[in-house]
Amino acid sequence: MDYFIELFFSGLTRGSIYALIALGYTMVYGIIGLINFAHGEIYMIGAFTALIVSTVLSIYNMPLAAILVLTVLASAIWAGAYGFTVEKLAYKPLRKAPRLSPLISAIGMSIFLQNYVLLAQTPDFLPFPPLIPEFAFMEPVSGVIGSSELVILTMTTSLMLLLTLFIKFTRLGKAMRATAQDRTMARLVGINVNMIISATFIIGSGLAAIGGLLIASHIGQINFFIGFIAGIKAFTAAVLGGIGSVPGAVLGSFILGLTESFATGYVSSDYEDVFAFSLLVLILIFRPAGLLGKSSAEKV
Amino acid sequence: MKNARHILAMLCALVVAAAVHAGPAAAETIKIGVAGAHSGDLASYGLPTVKAAELVVNDINARGGINGKKVELLIEDDVCKPEIATNTATKLISQGAHVIIGHICSGATKAALPIYKESGTIVISPSATNPDLTQSGDYPNFYRTIASDDAQARTEVDFAVKVLGVRKIAIIHDKGDYGKGLAEFAKTFVEQSGAAEVVLYEGVTPGAVDYSAVVQKIRRSQAEAVIFGGYHPEASKIVTQMRKKKMETIFISDDGVKDDTFIKVAGQYAEGVYATGPADVTANPLAMAAREAHVTAYGVEPGAFFDNAYAAALAITHALEQAGSTEPGAIADALRTKEVATPFGNIHFDERGDATGVGFSVYQVQNGQYIQVQ
Repeated sequence: MDYFIELFFSGLTRGSIYALIALGYTMVYGIIGLINFAHGEIYMIGAFTALIVSTVLSIYNMPLAAILVLTVLASAIWAGAYGFTVEKLAYKPLRKAPRLSPLISAIGMSIFLQNYVLLAQTPDFLPFPPLIPEFAFMEPVSGVIGSSELVILTMTTSLMLLLTLFIKFTRLGKAMRATAQDRTMARLVGINVNMIISATFIIGSGLAAIGGLLIASHIGQINFFIGFIAGIKAFTAAVLGGIGSVPGAVLGSFILGLTESFATGYVSSDYEDVFAFSLLVLILIFRPAGLLGKSSAEKV
Repeated sequence: MKNARHILAMLCALVVAAAVHAGPAAAETIKIGVAGAHSGDLASYGLPTVKAAELVVNDINARGGINGKKVELLIEDDVCKPEIATNTATKLISQGAHVIIGHICSGATKAALPIYKESGTIVISPSATNPDLTQSGDYPNFYRTIASDDAQARTEVDFAVKVLGVRKIAIIHDKGDYGKGLAEFAKTFVEQSGAAEVVLYEGVTPGAVDYSAVVQKIRRSQAEAVIFGGYHPEASKIVTQMRKKKMETIFISDDGVKDDTFIKVAGQYAEGVYATGPADVTANPLAMAAREAHVTAYGVEPGAFFDNAYAAALAITHALEQAGSTEPGAIADALRTKEVATPFGNIHFDERGDATGVGFSVYQVQNGQYIQVQ
C-alpha cells in the first residue's frame, strides 16, 4: 500500500509539471488553432532565467523564501516576454497563411531557441540550486513525498485554480473565451484580438517558466535540451485531455503522469513510454477529440 | 652541422643493425613477430605497436639481448582484415617466429589465433578487446595487455561483491548501446558470482523530467547497491533523488559518470559515489620514459595503444628471459607467474590470458573529487 502511495505521488508530481506546460499548448491552440512547438523551449528558457536570477540574488544573502518568490516572478515575466516576442515575430505575420506555415515556423522557432541558448549559455549540464527548502515538518514522510514534490503539487494546484477563476470571471478571461469561440465575431464586438492573443502567449509562457523552475530545482540540473522531451510529453497530455480545453489539459497531464509512474513501478521503466502512448492511442480511438475536447463541426 | 652528425649516427646504427641481421649470429636470434595493420585505414592503430616493439627490442639488444641471444623483429602487415591475417600468421610461423606481438584488431586476431594455436606459438595483443578471445577458453596461447570490453562491468561487480560485500544489487541502465551493454555484462557477472543476486534490472528513459518512480522501485527491491550503466546526467538525477529520499544505497557507475560535470551537477549528493575509469598511467615513470624514448627516436608523440604495446613487448621479452628458452609452455608459465614492470605498473597474466592491473580502477567521490580507491 505504501508503495502504491509513493508511486501515486511521484505520478502526481510528474503530472503537475506536464500540466503547467500543457496549459500553454492548449490555450494557444484554443485561440488561434496553432500547435506552438516552441513552447517546450520557453519552459527551458524559464529554467535558465531562474538559474541566473537566483544565482545573482543569492549573492546578496537574501532569505530563501524571498529568492524563491522573486525568481518565480522574474522568470515568469522574462519567459512571458519571450512568448510575446515569438508570437509577434513568428506567428502573427502568418496568421492568414495556410495552417501548415505557422506550424513549420513554430518548429523553426523551437530549433532557433535551443541553439540560441546552446551558443549563448553552454552545451553542458549546469547544476541548479535547490530553491525549495527541505521543510522540517516533512521529515517523517520524506520517503513518500519530499518537500519539493509538495511545493510542486500545491503551487500547480493553486495556479490552476487561479487560471480557471481568471478565465471564468475576469474581463480579459471572458474576452479570451470569446476570441476562442469566434475571432471575427469577437473583433466585431470590440475586443482587441491581437492583444488577447498576446496575453494568451504571455500567460502560457509564464506558467511554463514556473514549471521549468520547479522541476529544475527538483532534479537539480538543466541544459539547453530539457525543453524538448518535456514539451513532447506535455503536448501528448494536452492531446490526451482534448487540445483546446483547459481542464482537459490538466486531466490529461495527471493521467499521463500517473500512467508512467505506475507502469514504471509495477511493470518496468523500459516500457514507461510504451504504456503512455498506448493509452493515448486507445483514448483517441474511442474519443478522437480527447477526453474533454469538443469535436467542433466544420465552420462553413 | 648538428643534423649531419645526427644522420651519420643513424647511418652507423643502420649499418650495425644490418650487420646483426646478416651476420652468422642470425641462427641464434630470438624472433618476435609483430603483426597488425601497418597500411590502410587502420594503420594508425598498428604502427605505434611496431614502434613500441622496436624501442623495447633495440634497448634489449643494446644490453646484450635475452640470455645472450639477440632479438630480431619480423614485421608483417595484416591490414586488420581477417582473411589476410591468416596469411600473415602462416608467413610468420614459416619464418620461424617464436612469439607474436599482435594482432591489432579483434577480428583479425580471432582469425589468426587458430593458426598460432596449432604451432603452439604464444600471442600477445596490445589492443584486441573482444571478451571471447580470453574468456571462451578456445585460445590458451593468447594473452593481452588491454582490458576486454566487459572489463569495466567486471571491475564494478567485483568491487561491489568482493570489496563492499554487497548481496543484493539493482542494475539500472539508460537503454543506450554503451549503458545497456555494460548493464548486461554486469548482470551476467553478478549471476555468475553466486555471492550476490540481481534484485532489479531496469532501463530508464534519458531526459525524463523525474526518476522518482524508478527510485521508489529501487528502494522496494531492498538493493544494497545500484550499478548504473550510462552517462552522468541520468546518474546525477537518480543519485540526487535517492539521497533526497534518505536512501543510503551504494551507487556504482562507469566512466560515463567519472566526469567532473557529475560532481558539479550532483553537488553534495555526489559524495560517496563510486565510478570506474581507466587507470591513469601518465605519472608512471616507465610510461614517461617510453614516451620520451619515442619522441627522441621518431620525433613525434606516440600513437594509439602505444602504452599497451610497450607493456606487451616488455612482458613477452621478460617472459622469454625468465623462461630461459623459447619453449611455449615455459613462456606461458613465466607470463602467468612472474611479475613484470610496465607502464601500467607491475603486471602478470591470469589463467585466461588477461593482464592483471591493466584496465579499470575504481574511484570514489570524496570532498568533491574523484579519488582512486582501488
